[in-house]
Amino acid sequence: MFNEILQLSPFSLSKSEKELLLTRRLSELTNHHIKNCPEYASILSGIGFDIAECGSYYDLPFLPVSLFKELDLKSITQEEIFKVMTSSGTTGQAVSKIYLDKTTANNQQKALAKIVSEFTGSSRMPMLIIDSPSVIKNRTMFSARGAGILGFSIFGADKAYALNDDMEIDLPAIEAFFEKHSGKRILLFGFTFMVWSHFYKELLKIKHRFDLHNGILIHGGGWKKLVGESVSKSEFKSKLTDICGLNDIHDYYGMVEQTGCIYMECEHGHLHASIFSDVITRRHIDFSPCEFGEPGIVQVVSVLPESYPGHSLLTEDEGVILGEDDCPCGRKGKYFQINGRLKMAEIRGCSDTYAVNR
Amino acid sequence: MQLTDNLEGLINAKPLVPFDDDVLEFFGDLSKQLTKVREYSDVATFGFWCRKAALLKEKSNYNDLDKRLGKGVVFHSTPSNVPVNFAFSLAAGLLAGNANIVRLPGKNFEQVEIIVNAVNELLAGKHKNLAPYINFVKYPPNKELHDKFSAVCDVRVIWGGDNTINELRQSPLKPRATELTFADRYSVAVINADEYINAQDKEKIAQDFYNDTYFTDQNACTSPRIVYWLGSNIDEAKSTFWGKLHTLVKSKYELAPVQSVGKLSALYKAAANMPINYCKSADNYITRAEINNTDENLMEFKYNSGFFFEQSIAELKEILPICGERLQTLTYYGLSNDELAFFFTEHRPKGIDRAVPFGKSMDFSLVWDGHDLISQLSRKVIIS
Repeated sequence: MFNEILQLSPFSLSKSEKELLLTRRLSELTNHHIKNCPEYASILSGIGFDIAECGSYYDLPFLPVSLFKELDLKSITQEEIFKVMTSSGTTGQAVSKIYLDKTTANNQQKALAKIVSEFTGSSRMPMLIIDSPSVIKNRTMFSARGAGILGFSIFGADKAYALNDDMEIDLPAIEAFFEKHSGKRILLFGFTFMVWSHFYKELLKIKHRFDLHNGILIHGGGWKKLVGESVSKSEFKSKLTDICGLNDIHDYYGMVEQTGCIYMECEHGHLHASIFSDVITRRHIDFSPCEFGEPGIVQVVSVLPESYPGHSLLTEDEGVILGEDDCPCGRKGKYFQINGRLKMAEIRGCSDTYAVNR
Repeated sequence: MQLTDNLEGLINAKPLVPFDDDVLEFFGDLSKQLTKVREYSDVATFGFWCRKAALLKEKSNYNDLDKRLGKGVVFHSTPSNVPVNFAFSLAAGLLAGNANIVRLPGKNFEQVEIIVNAVNELLAGKHKNLAPYINFVKYPPNKELHDKFSAVCDVRVIWGGDNTINELRQSPLKPRATELTFADRYSVAVINADEYINAQDKEKIAQDFYNDTYFTDQNACTSPRIVYWLGSNIDEAKSTFWGKLHTLVKSKYELAPVQSVGKLSALYKAAANMPINYCKSADNYITRAEINNTDENLMEFKYNSGFFFEQSIAELKEILPICGERLQTLTYYGLSNDELAFFFTEHRPKGIDRAVPFGKSMDFSLVWDGHDLISQLSRKVIIS
């Protein structure tokens, strides 16, 4: 069924069509994982879940993403594991382990290509990666950053890294790259924090000005690390435009637990759900779905995960659905914004102080 | 709250007899100050506990006090996120006849300030003679200071957190010094369903249970994590009990989004590891998972913020697998003292140091975690 979805244009389905499609595919995936992942089956039986009672994909269970840190959840045999992706937890913290077989890994690539080419066009471009080459060197364990870079690399015809292994800006490499591709449209890709701290701020320090008015920047990974520097979204964009003419800038929202079906930011600053996935915001009091405009805990669903039961997940982010099918950019589907991580709660008790959340 | 630079006054303070008259007088005066505090029920509770009459009653539980003296200096390290525990610890040290160094909670609590100010006021005036016996210190974890206070004390009292205990144990004690540690523990509740159904004060029972659990985010050592049901009318009792609790929690408890997500995660983690039966609820205020038998590792799946395992049992002995050394308190409703006493003598569990009625789990007692604090913090002198 995934191949059918792949034939469609990624932002072409309106609400009712998409709901039918997602309900069909996500129910199919739920049954698939009940059959193939014993822990998942055990969870669903523990909560008394009955798929016959589900009228819509809104009624399907959602697993908190932290569960992938606590449990090894996979719907494939040991031999079928093609790669294991991990979340980029800081040292000492548990990391999520996401098990991929070849099919799911391929589907992730295909979905990503379909989504991103809606913004970049389908021809490949010279690509400057705002990171250091070392992040993708260890191929057996894929970090979220490494996976993002490799995933996006399919859009690059010729690739170069803007930072060296010590995370310092590599000006000679950048200059040589721009010279080689002068006049061409260039794709820049990196994590929001890297782009700001290791690229923009370094460019500020040097006299030389690059001209990237013909470039496109795609960045993701969240704003959390930039909160301390109080950089707003609009400031991030305008400062980059000021320093190198870059004005085609797109944030994206995505997570290692659902690689591939990312949510791209459109020209109007809205994140968009493609036909490969959807977002539902939920009220924490009873997990009922929020109204549009009402902030809630973000649930993400994806049609991709076959090798692990990650087709319906409850994130630890707060977001707001802004609307559906009617974004001025013309793309169909829901559009939304992410407000950030759920706030930590200080829990009382007589043990060593700690807070919930990761 | 100055740091004690000069420890001499403290070291030279003579041991007192337990329940010394001056000490009782001091707590009596402190009690008068603190019972006036309306904003913080925990401060008022301590104030009520240290009334002179109440302490005299405690005193009457001992029959060898005339042969006892304080051990000397007690260094207390108190939990960082329970505001008033330090005051109880100090009281135990002082009542036993010692000079005290009390390390205050790391977090800033107004409750701590209220009590410390009241104490200091008394020490500056009427109770000047007790000043060397009460020394408050406050510092973030610091090996040098841990060393300094550990080196002079005769007893070190460490409250809570296995990590804190391990950290302080890096600092050597004098060869003859002893140590009391109150480590991470957990608790359970037992209800007799038939007694509950006949109870007239079901609202109070709900409030008592709330105080045992939600009041501390169900995260104190004394908070029940598993609820066991005895009796024949369990289904009816459960639905009434949880219904009343739900009404109360909904009106009083502030549930944060991360707590809802955390409870869901805990529920699913448990469900992936053992057969459970989730008790469906209209909202996330109370999360309950029924189990059919208690595994000794069940507490690995415990969670807070209103997350309960629940089991119907035919006999109390079915809880034995969970009664390891980490089990601290059994809170109960509708069980008789005989029934409980029989359980302890018959089955001699390694854990459970106290069985208390609902609502009493947080009540401080001079016997805590199985230790008689007055005896442990004093020495007995034999004259023959």
